[in-house]
Amino acid sequence: MVTDSRRSTPSTAGDVRTTPRGHLRRALIHAGLIGFGLVMLYPLLWMVSSSFKPTEEIFREPGLIPSTFTPSNYSDGWTALQHPFHHYMINSLIVVAGAVVGNLLACSMAAYAFARLEFRGKKLFFAIMLMTIMLPIHVVIVPQYILFAGLDWINTFYPLIVPKLLATDAFFVFLMVQFIRGLPRDLDEAARIDGCGHARIFLRIILPLSMPALATTAIFTFIWTWNDFFGQLIFLTDPDMYTVPVALRTFVDSTSQTSWGPLFAMSAVALGPIFGFFLAGQRYLVKGIATTGIK
Amino acid sequence: MLLRRDRTGAADTESAAPVHNRSIRRRDSLAAYAFLAPWFLGLFCITIGPILASLYFSFTDYSLIGDPQWVGLDNYREMLGDARLHSALKVTFTYVFVSVPLQLAMALALAMVLDRGVRGLPIYRSVYYLPSLLGASVAIAILWRRVFGANGLINQVLAFFGIQGEGWVSHPDYALGTLIVLNVWTFGAPMVIFLAGLRQLPAMYYEAASVDGASPVRRFWTITLPLLTPIIFFNLVLQMINAFQTFTQAFIVSSGSGGPSDSTLFYTLYLYQQGFGSFDMGYASAMAWLLLLIIAGFTAVNFFAAKYWVFYGD
Repeated sequence: MVTDSRRSTPSTAGDVRTTPRGHLRRALIHAGLIGFGLVMLYPLLWMVSSSFKPTEEIFREPGLIPSTFTPSNYSDGWTALQHPFHHYMINSLIVVAGAVVGNLLACSMAAYAFARLEFRGKKLFFAIMLMTIMLPIHVVIVPQYILFAGLDWINTFYPLIVPKLLATDAFFVFLMVQFIRGLPRDLDEAARIDGCGHARIFLRIILPLSMPALATTAIFTFIWTWNDFFGQLIFLTDPDMYTVPVALRTFVDSTSQTSWGPLFAMSAVALGPIFGFFLAGQRYLVKGIATTGIK
Repeated sequence: MLLRRDRTGAADTESAAPVHNRSIRRRDSLAAYAFLAPWFLGLFCITIGPILASLYFSFTDYSLIGDPQWVGLDNYREMLGDARLHSALKVTFTYVFVSVPLQLAMALALAMVLDRGVRGLPIYRSVYYLPSLLGASVAIAILWRRVFGANGLINQVLAFFGIQGEGWVSHPDYALGTLIVLNVWTFGAPMVIFLAGLRQLPAMYYEAASVDGASPVRRFWTITLPLLTPIIFFNLVLQMINAFQTFTQAFIVSSGSGGPSDSTLFYTLYLYQQGFGSFDMGYASAMAWLLLLIIAGFTAVNFFAAKYWVFYGD
């Protein structure tokens, strides 16, 4: 989608900068943008601050400063469920790691074929691949469940990882096809003249050059899988196998008015890794959605 | 813009490589199928197979125990008379048709402001984008339940102004509204796409317009908006498909019930209740097929209508 930037800013920006009226207008725009940003982020800030408040105060106090700093919400929340909270985090990490590895391997392989190789039915398969991006998981979940139940995979992590190893996240195939198409062909053609096979070209040339696309894939896969609730709710029903979202769900459903402090504490813990990846990988995230257009 | 490139893009690789040798070409195809092997396996076992299987199951009565019993059109007939299904459709359509336009309008407005050379653009962009990453998580749905609860954040703020608020999430008239607000809150992703689109608009139109003395409002309606229609279209298709699939937020806010009085019973939530609550796999499969047809239908309508309002400049 992004070709090149032909227009840096609209011409109005120039005269806004210089005049006194322009200064005022700019200050107002910034004030508006900051105010709006604060309103948007306020629920998040309130959640983090509430995780340090005694529970009664959460129901009374819209402010951000806790009257009594209560870190015990974290220790209470950590042990509130059948297993300590890190049990669920480890489960989530296993699922996420499997999904990331699966997507990186399978999607980049498929993308190499679509972007660089000629074969019969390519256009048709490419179109099918694009269509599967739009396919809601809910349409296939029932037969998938029946299939995985037949394989005795319910309450294992296989139903959440194996599909990724089979490149079913077509969105990332598309993302990498777009990226590989943008790479210059000189290098792989030179390699072919030197007698390199496709496996070597893929591993030694295309993959190293595709690092930005691979990073985008890894980050988005991490965030989406860490957040995913539907699949994990359906395939993981044994508390031993619960991941963070499913554990939080049992927490909120069993919570009386008295334990919102610990619940908020664990919710903040659940959002922590996403926030970390967001800070570390912003460059790739913004580029990723700008080139492909999916959140 | 993007959508058009996809359709033609597959062809542009052919001319580039001057490979005349037939055996090399055959080796190429073999390599291609090898590279695509996992994808093919996934396509047939995890995607197409299940789609066809769910078509079959939709004509059966099947509860995972024993064999599926063929019942013909019974499931579809039952859907015609199922009041909860109708209310789920109404809830879902309301959600899609209210929240998506609001979300896109917000995204476009902010993108327009940020595109005017505001200093600190990357910071604003990140702040506005963050909710898009978090919006679908269970933790945010939990937060929403508290923010819009009877003694939640919103009502605490309203009380400050002397207004006694409702328990928004537990009131049948407002519960859906809180989820619409949640979806609008995640306007950051389409905003980033709009920003990238605005960057690409050719400067010459704006130069001509300012020579002619066109006002900013006029420039917006006659230049920016028409040139941006491909991006608007792209965002619209994408966000509508996303919105049709909303599940987590409604599930958490209503503890899986879709309440109060089915006011947050999204289509996917009802499908979950049928399939994985009462294990009525036949009925759930029929519902899944209806969802597929609805989404395909709306996407087709979008593409058809696009002929009349989407403007491709080049």
